[in-house]
Amino acid sequence: MVAGGTADQVFVNLDHWIVGHTPGPLHALVSILIAVAAIIVVFAGLFALTTVFERKGLGRMQNRYGPNRVGPFGVLQPMADAVKSLTKEDLVPRAADHVVHYLAPLVLVGIVFLTYAVLPVGRNMTAVNLDAGVLFFFAVGAGTELAIFMAGWSSHNKYSLLGAMRAIAQMISYEIPLILASVPVIMTAGTLSTVAIVEQQARYSSTLAHWYVFTPWGLAGFMLFMVAATAETNRSPFDLPEGESEIIAGYFIEYSGFKFALFFLAEYLEMFAVSGLGITLFLGGWSAPFSFLTWIPSWIWFFGKLLTLIFAFIWVRGTVPRLRMDQLMNFAWKFMLPMTLVVILSAGIWHFLTIDVVGPKPLGAVIRWLVCALVIVGPFITLARGLERGRRIEKRTYRFAE
Amino acid sequence: MLGEGIIQGLVETARNFFGSYVGKDRLTTVQYPEERLPLPEASRVFPFLLYDGSDAEKGLRCVACQICEKECPPRCIHIEKSKDKKPDFVGKAQAYPAVFDIDVAVCMSCQICVEVCPFDAIRMDKQFELSTTDRFGGLLWTKEQLAKPNEYYRKIHPTEAAETDERRAKELADAQAKAAAAAAAAAAKAAQPAATGEPSGNGASAVPAVPPKPSKVVPQ
Repeated sequence: MVAGGTADQVFVNLDHWIVGHTPGPLHALVSILIAVAAIIVVFAGLFALTTVFERKGLGRMQNRYGPNRVGPFGVLQPMADAVKSLTKEDLVPRAADHVVHYLAPLVLVGIVFLTYAVLPVGRNMTAVNLDAGVLFFFAVGAGTELAIFMAGWSSHNKYSLLGAMRAIAQMISYEIPLILASVPVIMTAGTLSTVAIVEQQARYSSTLAHWYVFTPWGLAGFMLFMVAATAETNRSPFDLPEGESEIIAGYFIEYSGFKFALFFLAEYLEMFAVSGLGITLFLGGWSAPFSFLTWIPSWIWFFGKLLTLIFAFIWVRGTVPRLRMDQLMNFAWKFMLPMTLVVILSAGIWHFLTIDVVGPKPLGAVIRWLVCALVIVGPFITLARGLERGRRIEKRTYRFAE
Repeated sequence: MLGEGIIQGLVETARNFFGSYVGKDRLTTVQYPEERLPLPEASRVFPFLLYDGSDAEKGLRCVACQICEKECPPRCIHIEKSKDKKPDFVGKAQAYPAVFDIDVAVCMSCQICVEVCPFDAIRMDKQFELSTTDRFGGLLWTKEQLAKPNEYYRKIHPTEAAETDERRAKELADAQAKAAAAAAAAAAKAAQPAATGEPSGNGASAVPAVPPKPSKVVPQ
């Protein structure tokens, strides 16, 4: 493993260079401020890019061009959107709880930015290397529910309250599979530190990296993690809290102008953050998949993976229609939760089926893989049948309508 | 199997996404101001006035009979009749509109003015980009703005125009034949002054041929 070239460490060195020009007692403070500024600038810029690419991508999936009028190919559309949301009137309902109504978007954005503190976006590029990084991420991330409920409650509107109630129900239900899906990684890595988890995966046997997604439990866990993450971030098809056709905009119905834009920003930042955690836990963080590709800078790997996952989110959004509330709950409790437990079991079996048990390399590795995959596929089929039972479509009989 | 339908859907959207960069059949949008679809021949938006020849003032077919003004459901036409007269296409002296205004904002594109016009003077245009930045003057179209040559009508509605042209050519021929017959009769009368007294069928020969159409439509 190379320690990282100049291109790899360019931002780290820049940070050290700037810090070196400040007086000694301020070093820690300046270093943190630079990290905060970098996170805010980079991810807010990524948000602007994602909005335009999402609209264009969704358009292509629906046989139309997306926005293509502002600037070349419409890439300046975010500027127009920003100007529009800044110049719109900021309405606050008379009956609203003004303080809470004002605070909700700020709290939401603040909380979401906090979660970026523990994301390793490149080698030596983590704002804070906490020993309990994953725990910190989930603990802080759960605070978004508070902000969403603040918005829904303070608006004094029935739609917003309904949206907030839905959001709470959905996020608490999916928080459990989200955390349980990341448990096997923590078990295998033996650490809660995001930096250490990535370093565990950045090792190579022959040429292939030790990414957890290359194991059967890692693959299944990654899928479950991403589904739960979609629900956590209120993205389609789990966008019930803001279902336009049912409750107009849900919890942020009474927000306009820049406060609305803040909600929008927070939603996307949440998506990036949870994708970033998924990359950290399963896709090897900033590491390259093959040892001969390690010359590409680590931050390019991280952001490449992040953009891929964002595209996957957009793709799913353009494909799957919104779930019903009972389908959402059934899926969380009757499928996601048992499947994550099965994945934990499979990870345990993987841990104990070492070379001593299954035999030497090529054949032994295949047997280990198949056994662990079977442990997951069996329950998957059973649970899928269970979900589909009672969904037989029968001819309806109407008492009064015919 | 759980997830089967989702995968099928994902494949379809992916085909749409990548196909939109390759072929036109997965990206059907027409980028309107730059590219346009040809309008169907029967499309109609807003009426215009027809004139024959090259001079809009002289060749205007409208005789200010005001039928369209009275029939117009939203009352968007305003006509003021002229005091003097000018010859129409068969040579008969007719009044003409001194003022002929149509309010673009009021017109509802019903085509009733076209249906009732006995002189083939008003027809529907295909022009649909009628927006203006001047909502007072810009939306009231005057006689000069409304007048368009017959060639334009032939271009936008070829079938209708051919039918109209044929009918008008026949009317003109009939009128000319009648005038010729009347002239011949008058000449014959002058040639034999001996035969007097009996008023023949051609007695009204001093009046030029009556166009057959106006007598057909009398809605008042």
